[in-house]
Amino acid sequence: MSNLKILINGVIKENPTFVLLLGMCPTLGTTSSALNGMSMGLATMFVLICSNIVISALKNLIPDMVRIPAYIVVIATFVTVVQMCMEAFVPALYASLGLFIPLIVVNCIVLGRAEAFAAKNGIIPSAFDGIGIGLGFTLALTLLGAVRELLGTGKLFNLTLMPEQYGSLIFVLAPGAFIVLGYLVAIVNKLRKA
Amino acid sequence: MEYILIFIAAVFVNNVVLAQFLGICPFLGVSKKVETAAGMGAAVTFVLTIATIVTFLVQKYVLDAFGLGFMQTISFILIIAALVQMVEIILKKVSPALYQALGVFLPLITTNCCILGVAILVIQKEYNLLESVVYAISTAIGFALALIIFAGVREQLAMTNVPNGMKGTPIALITAGLLAMAFMGFSGIV
Repeated sequence: MSNLKILINGVIKENPTFVLLLGMCPTLGTTSSALNGMSMGLATMFVLICSNIVISALKNLIPDMVRIPAYIVVIATFVTVVQMCMEAFVPALYASLGLFIPLIVVNCIVLGRAEAFAAKNGIIPSAFDGIGIGLGFTLALTLLGAVRELLGTGKLFNLTLMPEQYGSLIFVLAPGAFIVLGYLVAIVNKLRKA
Repeated sequence: MEYILIFIAAVFVNNVVLAQFLGICPFLGVSKKVETAAGMGAAVTFVLTIATIVTFLVQKYVLDAFGLGFMQTISFILIIAALVQMVEIILKKVSPALYQALGVFLPLITTNCCILGVAILVIQKEYNLLESVVYAISTAIGFALALIIFAGVREQLAMTNVPNGMKGTPIALITAGLLAMAFMGFSGIV
């Protein structure tokens, strides 16, 4: 499989959010606006690329028996890097994403790709897989965040598109996350079958 | 009184699944039948309480004492993973009946983000040990409550005629949205 194919596979065919339905907690929890969703996606993408590269480089050194704990340590290390960088450089964003940054560790997408792809492939394809899946996740989160922000407050990336009183606050609150994601998955299902 | 407030806030007002979005994977994954939902709820209650006590003590007496705060994420996830393994082994020896009931759910719990989430939250909220335990137990009860109600709704849903595109996950997500809306009615009571 060529690297480009791996990349496209991650974005479309195996989109982690809409097709595989993995990593639902940050998907629902951080998408109250398009910007938050995109930042969460990018943070996860960084962890995914780095952990994929390191794990595929170490795959012959890690004994099979302890591979899962070893993967978790690698992932947790990069999550700590992201956490400390965000706290230092973008404190406002760090505060709004809050708990979900350390929780990237238990995001099943990251561990899933380590086990399913990086442990079996070379460094370059693993890096591309990380980019592809990360992009797919980022796009999905941005889309979900954009729909919620637009329906909830009438804005998109903080640009006012329609008067705020037309927005329905419920879409920014918890129930809106579930309902919007439900409809988006239904639409994607329909498109995939067509 | 303070403990009752923590309890009500964690179970109803800030329900871990429906308001804080932690533990969505098992919430969607093992909610097709009420019995499995109850089993998962019990397993989470068990592990969450023990994990919170252990991580709390580690944070206080190891990480804080030696200035290793930056190791929090790594050490907590390893403690939780080891703990789940240990609970599984001990249960198998001590109480085979309980192991039979909870067994399948235990390995799934390591990647349940509500365990790590609560462990970090009680440190952030600066609770003392007793408050942390009360918070952990009430969060787990809130999780079990949401899971069992959702499973009950989904059992009924399986018998209804759902439009083709909405079958499976989409309708489950929308049902969860309606449930979250119902739980919003509790906001403001604490």
